Amino acid sequence: MNNENVIYVEGLTKMFGDFTAVDAITFDVKKGEIFGFLGANGAGKTTAMKMLIGISNPTSGKANVAGFDVFAHAEDIKKNIGYMSQKFALYDDLTVIENITFFGGIYGLPRKRIKEKANALIEELGLEKVANQLVGSLPLGWKQKLSFSVSLIHDPKIVFLDEPTGGVDPVTRRQFWEMIYKAANQGTTVFVTTHYMDEAEYCDRVSIMVNGKIEALDTPKKLKEQFNVANMNDVFLKLARSPSPTLPKGKGI
Amino acid sequence: MSIIVNNISKSYKDAKALQNISFQVKPGELFGLIGPDGAGKTTLFRILTTLLFADEGTATVAGFDIVADYKQIRNSVGYMPGKFSLYQDLTVEENLNFFATIFGTTIEENYDLIKDIYVQIEPFKTRRAGKLSGGMKQKLALSCALIHKPKVLFLDEPTTGVDPVSRKEFWDMLKRLQQKGITILVSTPYMDEAALCDRIALIQDGKILEIDTPEAIVKHYPNPIYNVRANNMYHLINSLNDYEYNHSVYPFGEFVHYTDNRTDFNPKALKVYLESKKLSNIEIKKTASTIEDTFMELAKK
Repeated sequence: MNNENVIYVEGLTKMFGDFTAVDAITFDVKKGEIFGFLGANGAGKTTAMKMLIGISNPTSGKANVAGFDVFAHAEDIKKNIGYMSQKFALYDDLTVIENITFFGGIYGLPRKRIKEKANALIEELGLEKVANQLVGSLPLGWKQKLSFSVSLIHDPKIVFLDEPTGGVDPVTRRQFWEMIYKAANQGTTVFVTTHYMDEAEYCDRVSIMVNGKIEALDTPKKLKEQFNVANMNDVFLKLARSPSPTLPKGKGI
Repeated sequence: MSIIVNNISKSYKDAKALQNISFQVKPGELFGLIGPDGAGKTTLFRILTTLLFADEGTATVAGFDIVADYKQIRNSVGYMPGKFSLYQDLTVEENLNFFATIFGTTIEENYDLIKDIYVQIEPFKTRRAGKLSGGMKQKLALSCALIHKPKVLFLDEPTTGVDPVSRKEFWDMLKRLQQKGITILVSTPYMDEAALCDRIALIQDGKILEIDTPEAIVKHYPNPIYNVRANNMYHLINSLNDYEYNHSVYPFGEFVHYTDNRTDFNPKALKVYLESKKLSNIEIKKTASTIEDTFMELAKK
């Protein structure tokens, strides 16, 4: 990790009608950093992330991702980042090889490079025996590890991971985090959301969103000190507990 | 016994979803099925709620046989599937009324049972279910599963994808329902929720690894576990993985849980080794095992 910022956000805001989903958030993320982006369901994480990956226009504020402005150069952002979501990851009806080739092609990699990447990736993940099997037939943990590798196929500066380990078994979950550490160690910035609070501890820094605002941002160690608690779960519970999390946070409640 | 499961097996083509599953749940017990996606939890729920036939084995729920007495079972159980299955185009109140009516009851008759939960979504009773937030959908689904006052409640991954605050609230609700005498079978991939159950079954790849109280399961862990910490997590994990005496190396929050395969393990020797790997600020302390440690140890075999 060094001091070069690869994500720079200032006063970023998104409104849907008169509802403020993301309320003037400000933060930066350094090169090679593992940045945990936490918050309760409905706090505005997904909306914020969509703006950062260039698929949703902010209402106001500034943001620069991988050297590009989210307003003016959203298309350039897409080429320079990787994205993995829990829901849509790979095509179930394509084989492992076909998925890798497809996404390599989408990102404009030359055929030769795709072939090299595919071989390296399959070997690294130990998927030799299932390389020609449909992805839909693989266990969830394998799919998620493959999906993460595919999101890195074009050597992006930043990879965005939206709840990558939901429902994954505990051993695979840890193998997944070892892959994250490895990527970060090689200089890739990792921007990750999770509901597992032990995973929040693995991050270099963590931000916690509450009702559209970033209410806390620091290293896990400092956050625990600040809130005088033993673990990140308790930090989260202290911070994210609003009067009734089931009720919408808009006006009139 | 509220639920008796005897040697249930189920396969989908070549995939063995469940293999010889047996366990019993006592009346009023909060019993957890703990395991990751693909463990077979949903298949088991569908068999016990009479929506799917087992290939082999037998089971009773609330005293009724799951094959012969399927109609009685459907009247005596509440089932909340993992996937939201209410009518998206009906309002909150219409959904609840619908489920009350098909079970031959009314909202008023059993309001006491759902009051704590329903009161939180009642301000939105004219909103269509499809327009609710995740947490509100979850509460409506639970209300609908309870409206006929079931003897046994089946909850399939009610907290998956739900944030820690809402998860805690949900478990508080379950505890209150349990006090009203309802037997609850709940599944979850979150190992920390296991501690909130009376008894749990750890399940992976269609097989039960162990059944006991959470306290007893944790005690069964065979080796002493050490919390290890150093200045660089990634190098620490790699170094521990390379250490010839390691038995297991698993990141756990800010620490790595380390177990050694020697009986006379001395943490000082490990510290010397880690220092030789250029790690600093090394801390090695004995720690208590968790359900997740036990799960991973059992899953290894």
